[in-house]
Amino acid sequence: MNRKQKKMLIRVIAAACLVLILAFVPVTGIWRFALYMIPYLLVGYDILLKAAKGIVRGQVFDENFLMAVATVGAIALGEYREGVAVMLFYQIGELFQSYAVGKSRRSISSLMDMRPDYANVETGGKLEKVDPDEVEVGTVIVVQPGEKVPIDGVVVEGTATLDTVALTGESVPRTARPGTDVLSGCIVLDGVLKIRTAREFGESTVSKILDLVENASSEKSSSENFITRFARYYTPVVCLSALVLALLPPLVRLAAGYGPEWGRWVYRALTFLVISCPCALVISIPLTFFAGIGGASREGVLVKGSNYLEALSKVKTVVFDKTGTMTKGVFEVQGVHHNRLPEGRLIELAALAECASSHPISRSLAAACGEELDRSRVSEIEEIRGEGVTALVDGIRVAAGNRRLMARHHVAGAVDCSHAGTVVHLALDGEYAGHILITDVLKPTTKTAIRRLHGMGIGKTVMLTGDDRRVAEQVAKECGVKAHYGELLPEDKVRMVEQMLREKPSGSMLAFVGDGINDAPVLSRADIGIAMGALGSDAAIEASDVVLMDDDPEKIAKALGIARKCMRIVWQNIIFAIGIKVICLVLGALGYANMWMAIFADVGVMVLAVLNAIRALRTKNL
Amino acid sequence: MKKTYKIEVDCANCAAKMEEAAKRTPGVANAVVNFMTLKMIVEFDEGADPKQVMPAVRKNCKKVEDDCEIWL
Repeated sequence: MNRKQKKMLIRVIAAACLVLILAFVPVTGIWRFALYMIPYLLVGYDILLKAAKGIVRGQVFDENFLMAVATVGAIALGEYREGVAVMLFYQIGELFQSYAVGKSRRSISSLMDMRPDYANVETGGKLEKVDPDEVEVGTVIVVQPGEKVPIDGVVVEGTATLDTVALTGESVPRTARPGTDVLSGCIVLDGVLKIRTAREFGESTVSKILDLVENASSEKSSSENFITRFARYYTPVVCLSALVLALLPPLVRLAAGYGPEWGRWVYRALTFLVISCPCALVISIPLTFFAGIGGASREGVLVKGSNYLEALSKVKTVVFDKTGTMTKGVFEVQGVHHNRLPEGRLIELAALAECASSHPISRSLAAACGEELDRSRVSEIEEIRGEGVTALVDGIRVAAGNRRLMARHHVAGAVDCSHAGTVVHLALDGEYAGHILITDVLKPTTKTAIRRLHGMGIGKTVMLTGDDRRVAEQVAKECGVKAHYGELLPEDKVRMVEQMLREKPSGSMLAFVGDGINDAPVLSRADIGIAMGALGSDAAIEASDVVLMDDDPEKIAKALGIARKCMRIVWQNIIFAIGIKVICLVLGALGYANMWMAIFADVGVMVLAVLNAIRALRTKNL
Repeated sequence: MKKTYKIEVDCANCAAKMEEAAKRTPGVANAVVNFMTLKMIVEFDEGADPKQVMPAVRKNCKKVEDDCEIWL
């Protein structure tokens, strides 16, 4: 609790004690009034002051004004205890609300405690701590054991193990040596690293993530907008009804020749005013989303806005990219078949031809080759997307890619592999020279992830891949997706997703899950783009709506679970709060509800709604 | 141009009122108040100078909720 809240707590407790004591003090008349004014003013002076200021500034319909009118009215009717109680409970509600909000605010920001405070720059042989914002690109910074890497860069000196758990949730430490790219936010466990910065602080990974999370709830969901609109009409309508209720029945009774019963109708109108504050709704809905987004980020799922959380809860179709999403994306050369040259030579030629590509297949070839590739042996590299590459290696024209590439170069005699896997066909100077079989393995959690999604009522799971159809079929069978499409070019994937967007059940959403390499267009085309293990890939973070910090596919099910729970709470709160208020309004108008019930309708509902909202933070068993 | 300001406000309804007030200020194209993170994100009109617009935004917000604060 901060100072303001503590002061409020003391005021509330003191006033409550006074009211209790006064209940046993047998005084009447003016003395009773004077004694009740002590707790009333003690607990409510700031509300009265604010209400007065509001009237001066022409802000009539604010909650301070309403509370002031309701309580002053009750006191004027001689209902001292109720007048004080309304003010007391209103303040308790406000106090509770600010405490609850402050608490969830803190618990969420502590999750995000990864902002580096300084960077060490070596000047004249001495280390100097500077603001990371002031470090220019290309500066060499020093990171010591136990410190966070403040800015993205490349290691120039030193070897150390890095703890990346804050970034990726991956608990196995990574090793960094000269030449390794390191991301900001990692913690150096041992050793000293000298890092040449590659970006400005503001562009670095850690700043990007913090920015993403901090601005997450700025994109408002349709339920939040609904509540804002609702609140705008609700309060004036209820106030107007209160006025009508206070004036109309007595006037009608007067006209009909009965006694007007002013006191009774004004009392009923005052109960209206107490119920008229839309606080329970206005606070609990954004709080639910905030807690949901906060709970998700603790699980390594960054949601860019509450509108995406809302959309996520309506997902009925999930489309996956294969490589890097369902499979590890780490390929291994399994064998070389139908080769005319020695295996090693063929792999070397293929690796050299693909040396400019960062595609996982190229990397696996380089890894199989074993030795450092001498890029000066390669020239005239041409990459044909979705097919492969051609290049001049040691004076030999090498074409390495799939069957389409072979067909393009009119290479005859290409042999299909009898094993499923990615096959890199090779042609040397236009002559078929054999193929290399490369396979990729499923991630350990892919199967469970798909099973859980089906169990959650996701009707359609689809796998898209640029790979060979047979590979697609095998992977699909292994992991259990309902449909799969192979041999797709990046633009085919966009086309497929567009078609599925047209076919999906109305009102439902389609999510695309990819690793961010090559699939940024699809990520942005889908209703919701989920990028996986995408840290460091700006394009993916930019294009996606949900970012999974590590690359565990089971997190997709988790994200959906969190979103659904969050929306469930939102609707519970909307229905509960509006329902109770409407019931109390009706009962109040008919004279069945007194002011105590009205206080419950206002403060009680808000407290319950806030408590319910905070449940969204709990994500353990989803 | 978009800028983010730290704010202080006590209740969610007041935050919504601040948002309305900020939106109505001349020179402001759009404003979003995030009650949870206590931030106001202001999008300025083309050619408007935040240094001149923001004091007016602050004044308008104070008018609807005098307990609020915007750190410029």
